[in-house]
Amino acid sequence: MRSRAIAALFTALVTAYAWLLLRAESQGAIAALILVGIAAGILAMRTQLLRPVARSLGSNERFAQGLAFAAVVVIALALRDDDFALLLLTRVLIVIVACLGLNVQFGYAGVVNFAGASFFGVGGYTAAVLASSARLPHLLVLLAGGVTAALAGTVLLLPILRTRGHYAALITIAFALLFRTFLEVNDALGGPQGLKLGEMRIGPLRFNDPISAGPFEGSFYLRYIAVALVLVALAFAVVQRLDRSWVGVALDTVRLDEIAAASFGMDIARWKIAAFTVGNFIIGVAGALSAFMIGFIAPNNYSFAESLIFVSILLLGGIGSAWGLSLATAIVILLPEKFQIIQEYRFLMFAALVVLTLLFRPVGLVPRPLRRLVGPPLS
Amino acid sequence: MSASVIAQYVMNGAMLGMMYALVAVGFTLFFGVLDIIQFSHGDVVAAGAFAGLAAWTLLTAAGVAAPAVLLLAVVLSAIAVTALLGAVVARFIVLPVKGAPQLNVLLVTLMAGTVLRECLRLFYPGGSQPKLFPALLPTSGWDIGGFHLRFDNVILLVSGALLIAGTHLIITRSRLGLAIRAVAQDEETARTMGIDFRRVVLVTFALGSALAAFAGVIDGLYYNEVFFGMGLLLGVIGFAAAILGGLGNLYGAIVGGFLFAALQTIGAVALPFASAYKDVFAFGVVILLMAIRPTGLIGERASERV
Repeated sequence: MRSRAIAALFTALVTAYAWLLLRAESQGAIAALILVGIAAGILAMRTQLLRPVARSLGSNERFAQGLAFAAVVVIALALRDDDFALLLLTRVLIVIVACLGLNVQFGYAGVVNFAGASFFGVGGYTAAVLASSARLPHLLVLLAGGVTAALAGTVLLLPILRTRGHYAALITIAFALLFRTFLEVNDALGGPQGLKLGEMRIGPLRFNDPISAGPFEGSFYLRYIAVALVLVALAFAVVQRLDRSWVGVALDTVRLDEIAAASFGMDIARWKIAAFTVGNFIIGVAGALSAFMIGFIAPNNYSFAESLIFVSILLLGGIGSAWGLSLATAIVILLPEKFQIIQEYRFLMFAALVVLTLLFRPVGLVPRPLRRLVGPPLS
Repeated sequence: MSASVIAQYVMNGAMLGMMYALVAVGFTLFFGVLDIIQFSHGDVVAAGAFAGLAAWTLLTAAGVAAPAVLLLAVVLSAIAVTALLGAVVARFIVLPVKGAPQLNVLLVTLMAGTVLRECLRLFYPGGSQPKLFPALLPTSGWDIGGFHLRFDNVILLVSGALLIAGTHLIITRSRLGLAIRAVAQDEETARTMGIDFRRVVLVTFALGSALAAFAGVIDGLYYNEVFFGMGLLLGVIGFAAAILGGLGNLYGAIVGGFLFAALQTIGAVALPFASAYKDVFAFGVVILLMAIRPTGLIGERASERV
């Protein structure tokens, strides 16, 4: 009971902080809030104050997930008419989904993918093309975004399976650069100007109308947040089930020692294909929703630099750690958008941060916990 | 197609090949001494080209107009800056993560390259747009049956070849080269023989980066333009060329560079859509070649030890 109270208190604090940061307008206030956040983070690390929180969150996983879900709902309702804050919140949720997908590839199976933004873009462009030309229900369009991204990934499967490490990295980098230049020179997909999307609809729901139900009035972004939140919950459920099951153990084995895995009779190629495809599917669905929400997509949104931002999120959060990447996504997305001075410098800043992380704290902000399949969780 | 057009394509391919080969030799040298891929190598190339451009801007602002002096300054500053950069990357980025998992080495060099690239974009005056690179070499030439053989191209090709030959001499004939080869073959034994491992690594990185700087300058002089992102293209293709020729193999890297340029040129001629999709085609070839021959055409240096 006491440990649940600690977890609830901690979540309340974080929620309040996120709410303050999202609604803060003046750059001075935002700078002060960021400084407070950094100070709190350093203090927490130094004093080990977060130990009991981490233990209680770790031992009540369901409860913690419920708390996180409730926190997002509370923030969204508290900011219900602030379009920009809600847009940012949705963007954070969508990128969390995409990074969860990337995490299956990178963090579990060890399949490097430096084209995350490209598969995100495949999902987005699929949504744009399907929404304008076919009369598919839009929920199916989201799924189609994931399926096309997974299919696009199969092009890279053969070269990735035949190579490893640096060589596989080169292939995905080449693909990321290829994809972006392809979009720019291809007129059918709008060239450098990109494509526009109509509003998203599910049944009778029109996503771009403002919400008003009796006394309650809110921004139309609330609907996108609802969909994004459902996607996050689904992706989280899938990824954590994967991690807890024998599948996760198998993927870890493939990542940590291919030779040992092979000598135990594991089919490495099959596991890598599965992880790469599942990951790309998740990234593609996130990309499709993102395209609907923004209503407009262009090659610039899917550059190699954006792919590196996704990878930075994974590394800063702690590779393989779902909670860590959620925290890192919030930092990496919100910071430059709220604190405009650093917007232009974001690629530089996060790349430098990753270099420092790798040199001095390779496990990331929230290291992936050891899996305990039997008995109580490790503290 | 007339002979003069073919000659033009061949010339173009040769220039590309020289650039790729110079970059690929760097990859191969780094792989030799440390068994790692330096993913920021391409961005070091771009930094070299910008350093040359900066030297030209400063000198012309100071009133120097003699092309020979300017050229010398451009080349020397490009080489000096990149040699230093290469050594700094080796000392502070690569050596500290030497024992870490391969993935970390890959990420740390890739992100260091991003830092370099973004620094060029953000801090070089007007760096976010393509910058005009001065034509410092005589553009006149010989007319051979309709084909105009330009002096500047010949000079660039010959000097590139001389540089590669010089590097080859250093590696095979000098004491330093002996040390580099010893480290590449067996680091531990080399250390016990009294070779200063760290110094050899730093010097190798400086050497490889200086070669790449010349590729950056060739790129600038040939296209009369430099761009902060140019290193990405050169780096990816240079790496692919090094793999094609077999990593760790100096001759392989050169052959790989020219082979890749040949493929690209032939593709541009043979495929009607390839001119608009020039870069798409180049990256497609990279992916395809890796799928067909993941360990290169000449064969890998050693099989994996279990």
